[in-house]
Amino acid sequence: MRGKSPFRLARRGFLASLLPAMAQAQGFAGLGHSNASYAEPDPEARFRFPEDHGPHPAFRIEWWYVTANLTGPDGAPYGVQWTLFRSALDPNPAAFAASQAWLAHAALTTPTAHFASERRGRGGTGQAGVTADPFAAWLDDWSLAGPSFDDLRMRAASDVFAYDLRLRTGARPVPQGIEGYSVKSFEGTASHYYSQPFYEVEGALTLPDGPVSVTGKAWLDREWSSSPLSKDQEGWDWFSLHLGDGAKLMGFQLRDRTRDAFTAATWIGPDGTTTPLPPGAFTAEPLEIHRSNGREIPVRWRVTLPQKGVDVTVTALNPNCWMPLSFPYWEGPVTVAGTHDGVGYLEMTGYE
Amino acid sequence: MIRAGLSALLSHWRRHPIQLLTLIIGLATATALWSGVQAINAEARASYAAASATLGDNARPYLTSGGPIPHATYIALRRAGHQVTPLTEGTLDTEAGPLRILGLDPFTQAPGETFLDGLEPGDTSFLAPPGQLLVAPQTVRALEGSALPPRMAVEGVAPDQAVADIAIAQGLLNRPGEIDRLIITGPASLTAPPISDIAPGLRLTDPSDEVDTARLTDSFHLNLTAFGLLSFAVGLFIVRGAIGLAFEQRRPVFRTLRALGLSRSVLIGLLSVELLILALLAGAIGVALGWLIAALLLPDVAATLRGLYGAEVGGSLTLKPVWWVSGLGIAVLGTGIAALASLWQTARMPLLAPARPRAWALASERAMLGQALAALACGAVALVAWALGGSLLAGFVMLGGMLLGAALALPLILHRVLGLLSHTSRGPRSEWFWGDARQQLPGLTLALMALLLALSANIGVGTMVSSFRLTFIGWLDQRLAAELYIRAETDTQAREIEAMISDRVDAILPIRSAPTTLGGQPGEVYGVADHATYRDHWPLIARSPGVWDTVAAGAAVLINEQLARRADLWPGDQVKIGDWDAPIGGVYSDYGNPQPQAMIGLNRFAQMFPEAPDLRFGVRMPPEGIAALRREILDRFVLPADQISDQRAIKDLSLGIFERTFTVTAALNVLTLGVAGLAILTSLLTISTMRQPQIAPVWALGMTRRQLAALDLARAALLALLTFGLALPVGLALSWVLLAVINVEAFGWRLPLHLFPRDWLALGALAVVAALIAALLPALRLSRIPPSELLKVFANER
Repeated sequence: MRGKSPFRLARRGFLASLLPAMAQAQGFAGLGHSNASYAEPDPEARFRFPEDHGPHPAFRIEWWYVTANLTGPDGAPYGVQWTLFRSALDPNPAAFAASQAWLAHAALTTPTAHFASERRGRGGTGQAGVTADPFAAWLDDWSLAGPSFDDLRMRAASDVFAYDLRLRTGARPVPQGIEGYSVKSFEGTASHYYSQPFYEVEGALTLPDGPVSVTGKAWLDREWSSSPLSKDQEGWDWFSLHLGDGAKLMGFQLRDRTRDAFTAATWIGPDGTTTPLPPGAFTAEPLEIHRSNGREIPVRWRVTLPQKGVDVTVTALNPNCWMPLSFPYWEGPVTVAGTHDGVGYLEMTGYE
Repeated sequence: MIRAGLSALLSHWRRHPIQLLTLIIGLATATALWSGVQAINAEARASYAAASATLGDNARPYLTSGGPIPHATYIALRRAGHQVTPLTEGTLDTEAGPLRILGLDPFTQAPGETFLDGLEPGDTSFLAPPGQLLVAPQTVRALEGSALPPRMAVEGVAPDQAVADIAIAQGLLNRPGEIDRLIITGPASLTAPPISDIAPGLRLTDPSDEVDTARLTDSFHLNLTAFGLLSFAVGLFIVRGAIGLAFEQRRPVFRTLRALGLSRSVLIGLLSVELLILALLAGAIGVALGWLIAALLLPDVAATLRGLYGAEVGGSLTLKPVWWVSGLGIAVLGTGIAALASLWQTARMPLLAPARPRAWALASERAMLGQALAALACGAVALVAWALGGSLLAGFVMLGGMLLGAALALPLILHRVLGLLSHTSRGPRSEWFWGDARQQLPGLTLALMALLLALSANIGVGTMVSSFRLTFIGWLDQRLAAELYIRAETDTQAREIEAMISDRVDAILPIRSAPTTLGGQPGEVYGVADHATYRDHWPLIARSPGVWDTVAAGAAVLINEQLARRADLWPGDQVKIGDWDAPIGGVYSDYGNPQPQAMIGLNRFAQMFPEAPDLRFGVRMPPEGIAALRREILDRFVLPADQISDQRAIKDLSLGIFERTFTVTAALNVLTLGVAGLAILTSLLTISTMRQPQIAPVWALGMTRRQLAALDLARAALLALLTFGLALPVGLALSWVLLAVINVEAFGWRLPLHLFPRDWLALGALAVVAALIAALLPALRLSRIPPSELLKVFANER
């Protein structure tokens, strides 16, 4: 009875484009260009909390991005992702209820399984949104909320998995780049970027086999911009590592069609002091390619940061962490070995 | 040799252009009817598919509340983890007629099932005011210059529909924040509480439990397909006649070619090539003609389907390559079937045998008995299908068996009847007439079968259409007894309208309804006031004593015929409505509605469904005040004009719908009868050549050619009349099957059979006239045949 609709063939086009946070990174036509009607990141701006935990609708894109490396009672490793993207549809937010599009991704990874789910929402209706104080970020029944940014409850569920975790820390958020101004290309495109990599986590996962209580560490990234990438950048490899000595390393490379990758990193000491590192200081080199469904995904990397004596191998806990969602990418927990050991998360886009 | 052989064979057509024309026309007509019907069917099906894709929801369960669902309820469900997407719909009057607006939320559509993915990436103008309407390309043209939001042509949107963002749609429909349906797009989160905990007022409907509308439309298509096949069969009789004639006339050529050394297989091969060429040529013409038929009929089909089933069908047609291929294929296949016997006879023809048409006729007489046996088998199949019954397919098998059986039995019956009639003959001349008629019967068999089928179909379908129309008009008169029907937008508005008109009208009859389960099936229950309007007019087809009193008292219900037949529930039985085991007081006819339905007293209804909206009512009033009151209400209240309609408007609308339903059928009927007339003509032409050896002696004995021609005309009229005599009972049986078997299976209602003898007389006369016209040319030929031709019969064998 039901005919084949031509729309199914091109199904990723429109909705993915409403949510350009990552689509943009993957080189969708025209979106890398700056749009004069949106605000541009300002190197002189300084964070103000709790206000900056909330949305910045004058900017085109923004996200609240949590990854957690967890351990079960038997020592089994798990990874959890909770992400909320905001994407402005209209630079004048007052004009129309649907001026903001929201997108959420949730994932749960075990050494042998990976579950990913997506929700989409329309702003201005109550279905999705973020408030700064008390902090709450939500889309449908997925939420990250608590009395303060230091004490959050993080929940998400699909029809096959669920998690309910408590994230607590006494540490202050950490600015990335120069005082939170994070340059993303040789042309100087940038975003406002801070992290909270010091969350201690406890809570429960619901897996198809049943519930598991877990503890571990979580890392929250906050970032907003209007056009962070230059137009020739085709994807990124993003590392957030909890090292064994309590230090944290955020490093990324933005792969370019026409020249070498742009890399940047921030070294975060156990006490929260940050050392922004200049472009090129951080290197990441694929050591092993995982082939699946015609895609070639680097799942083992050599990561170096000579200034801090870092030369480690970063290996995916589960190579099959593909996120087959509105825009597909790879994201999953990793283990670190070499000059330092530890755990962390790896996000890779542009391998479609 | 092969080339010489082929050119010798083809030269025949050069010398007999009329015969070539007959063959081509016959085959082309058959192909045209076949491919035309296929085209209509395909187009209609494609449009349904588009309509369902537009809705994107009719296979998905959804939540309704009997009124607008508040936005807050929708958000509460989403925030609890339920995958629901809102839909707000309504109809706008536009320059191009009513436009159905579907407002949907692109964000929460089921992944991969949204039209919006066809939009330009990054373009947000669909969402930002004034928004965009996604419409079919023909709708873009129809709406040119309209003040509506910008239109975007999107292939696959059903015609007369527009898809818009829900916020835009709510604005256009002036229904801010109101949601009609929440469609469930996927499984809820593991942690989600039950829907009833969050929104207790919502009712879940799972369309897969409901009567499949596809089944209804299928029956319409099945009807069309049956007609297409019938028409093709009738067309093949012509082709058979023309090919038979061509082979018969070329026997000397075949003999000569064989004698010259052309092998049997090469001859058969050449003949096959010749037939293939002809089939392709005629097939191509046929497909083009079929497309023309479809293009002419499609607007009516579209209107029919829209009216009957609410299915939107585009009124335009595109010529698809697959039709060419299938049309040509069916033409080749049909030619093959029609030519098989002739090829077989040619292959078995003894090299030196003279042409012997008489022997051919005799062989056919033997075949008559075999046909009679086959007819009995077909009749048996029809009876078995009837006995087993219970499905649409059985109904159509019964129909097919009956028609085929009757056609096959025709020669033997005519043979016997002519034999009986010959006993009445006095004198050698009339004895020769009867004998000659029986002699010619085998050659005319095919054409007469075609005529029989065409006449039966005509009688059967005509009777069904007229019965339907008569019943339906009566039912409308009963059903739409109130003068004015009003549907308010809100309960408050309804009360205000009531207050305004209460002292100016004779009675206000509330019509409340609520979706519920009826005997385990999803259906609709209506609360009705106790009023003479119902007591006097409501069309009950079965009732218990004092039914209206018990219904008004809330002690019994009325159910519609569809429910009664489907669940076999009749007065005295009980039906479960919600939790109530309700005694059935009566059954009413409810044409055009696929759903089970029940009526209960208004008080009982209010107790059972306190939440049901109270928006609709019928108004009894003197007819002269209707127009003024209607205008006054429209002036004072914000109310779409289509929500306040007077009885006549509804009646006209409904009647129009049902009239159009059968326009297509009527058109196909006429075409089929025309094709049958053509079959008679070609058969007579065939016979006239073969008949010379039989005519010549009679002529030699003193009958004039004119007398012989007159007898030929009389014989054609007689055979047509006899065939009509047989077609009448077959046609009536056909209409009975359509009304009492297929209708019940397809629609759930049975229609009383009305007889229209005057129509039969007209049809009988038409059949005789058609036969006379067809016989005229051969008769003229006979009357002008040079005596030398007749003399040749005695001089040599032609």
